[in-house]
Amino acid sequence: MILFLFFMMWTFVSNGIGVINWTFLTDIPRKGMTEGGIFPAIVGTIYLTLGTIAFALPVGVASAIYLVEYAREGRFVRIINSAITNLAGVPSIIHGLFGLGLFVVFLQFGTSILSGALTLFLLVLPIIISAAREALLSVPMSFREGSLALGASKLGTIRNNVLPYAMPGILTGTILAVARAAGETAPIILTATFFFRPSLPQSILDGTMALASHIYYMATQSPNILLARGITYGTVLVLLSIVLSLNFVAIVIRTRQRRRKNW
Amino acid sequence: MADALKMETKELSVSFGDVQAIKKISLRILPNKVTAVIGPSGCGKSTFIKSLNRMNELVPNARITGEVLLDGENIYNRSYDVTILRMKVGMIFQKPNPFPKSIYDNVAYGPRIHGIHDKNRLDKIVVENLKKAVLWNEVSDRLGASAMDLSGGQQQRLCIARALAVEPEVILMDEPCSALDPLATAKIESLIRALIEDYTVVIVTHNMQQAARVSDFTAFLYLGELIEYGNTRSVFENPQNKLTENYITGKFG
Repeated sequence: MILFLFFMMWTFVSNGIGVINWTFLTDIPRKGMTEGGIFPAIVGTIYLTLGTIAFALPVGVASAIYLVEYAREGRFVRIINSAITNLAGVPSIIHGLFGLGLFVVFLQFGTSILSGALTLFLLVLPIIISAAREALLSVPMSFREGSLALGASKLGTIRNNVLPYAMPGILTGTILAVARAAGETAPIILTATFFFRPSLPQSILDGTMALASHIYYMATQSPNILLARGITYGTVLVLLSIVLSLNFVAIVIRTRQRRRKNW
Repeated sequence: MADALKMETKELSVSFGDVQAIKKISLRILPNKVTAVIGPSGCGKSTFIKSLNRMNELVPNARITGEVLLDGENIYNRSYDVTILRMKVGMIFQKPNPFPKSIYDNVAYGPRIHGIHDKNRLDKIVVENLKKAVLWNEVSDRLGASAMDLSGGQQQRLCIARALAVEPEVILMDEPCSALDPLATAKIESLIRALIEDYTVVIVTHNMQQAARVSDFTAFLYLGELIEYGNTRSVFENPQNKLTENYITGKFG
């Protein structure tokens, strides 16, 4: 397993590292995408990721708060919980098709960052709800009781004496989920990305390039796959670095939280 | 006589689902006195004390009937504001439950949620109540330190300071010393005696010596029913009910 991982990393690093330089990171693709850089794809991935967080974090946290703090145990909650579990297992291409149908076509958002971010949002939502739910459940009941006994309202108690302690756990879960979303290809190919769009998106209703889709296009759709190989490896390396550093940030938050947690 | 009562329960019953935890308890709580509620485990003492500030409502499927009067007003009236109630009737829990914040922020928590944000005023409240809870001398130089680093006894006194900071009139204590060592217990007990100068205290305890040491009145609960209530000294020295006598003399419990 480790050997395989090592081999995979080695392939990408050794083939990709030579391609990466300042121009590669900051220039637009040139000459039928056999030269130039991947700047629009980097920006696109960042936009899509931020858009996903903007939708997923508030909705995910609100849902988890409802499930943990407000909903009474019963059939309704059981159905929601099983929906969350099952939704987390739906293949991402299905999410993509759903996003294509709902956001791109029906709601007429077109092939855009908005459609892509919403599709990725649906993809990560169950993961974020689960993480937030675990984080909220790990806050001891006695904190809630202590606060309520001082006359705090339920909402005030959650805001002041539950959510702050659950936040590191929620953030860790969100970042891990979003790191996964950043690398998802199928959903964004169907809803957000273009094969080639050298100018940067000006609004959330513009389509964009993105790293994951760029790799797919470069490896399979390029007019000259052999000439584009270097760029493919370079893009892989950039995407991997982004995803791995997101994961690293999540791990740092979790470790710091564990060290500080003293209840 | 009615004016002299701080709190009173009238035919108070609480059940959880099919289980009736306390049955028709009528009890009078006098101001500036310590009322102890004793009885064997599972007799309903905790349920009883938690119905005095409506904390039982947090338990799903709790059903409460009867009345609980605070200064003559039924706190279970639909119009009674539970926020006001819990400001007037504070609570100390069995296990010290400081929040994972600084000592200062723990005491300031209550005043802050009730809208006090003025730094000077908060400073004054924090110092004053830490002194009242006899914790000031031990923590005055480290108010910014985490409350979690205090000892168990200090944590419980911090919880008392935190409760005092919202200016309650009644303080409910649910076995406040059961997680503490004898020395820390002695400190809390002497603190309770000092508190009744300004407050009314209701304490639940399974420790009969503690009830005898600290309380003015004692109520003995058994299987959810109030068996005996009276002056602590007379309950302990001259119990009217055989059950009370057996419990106090250690024949069961």
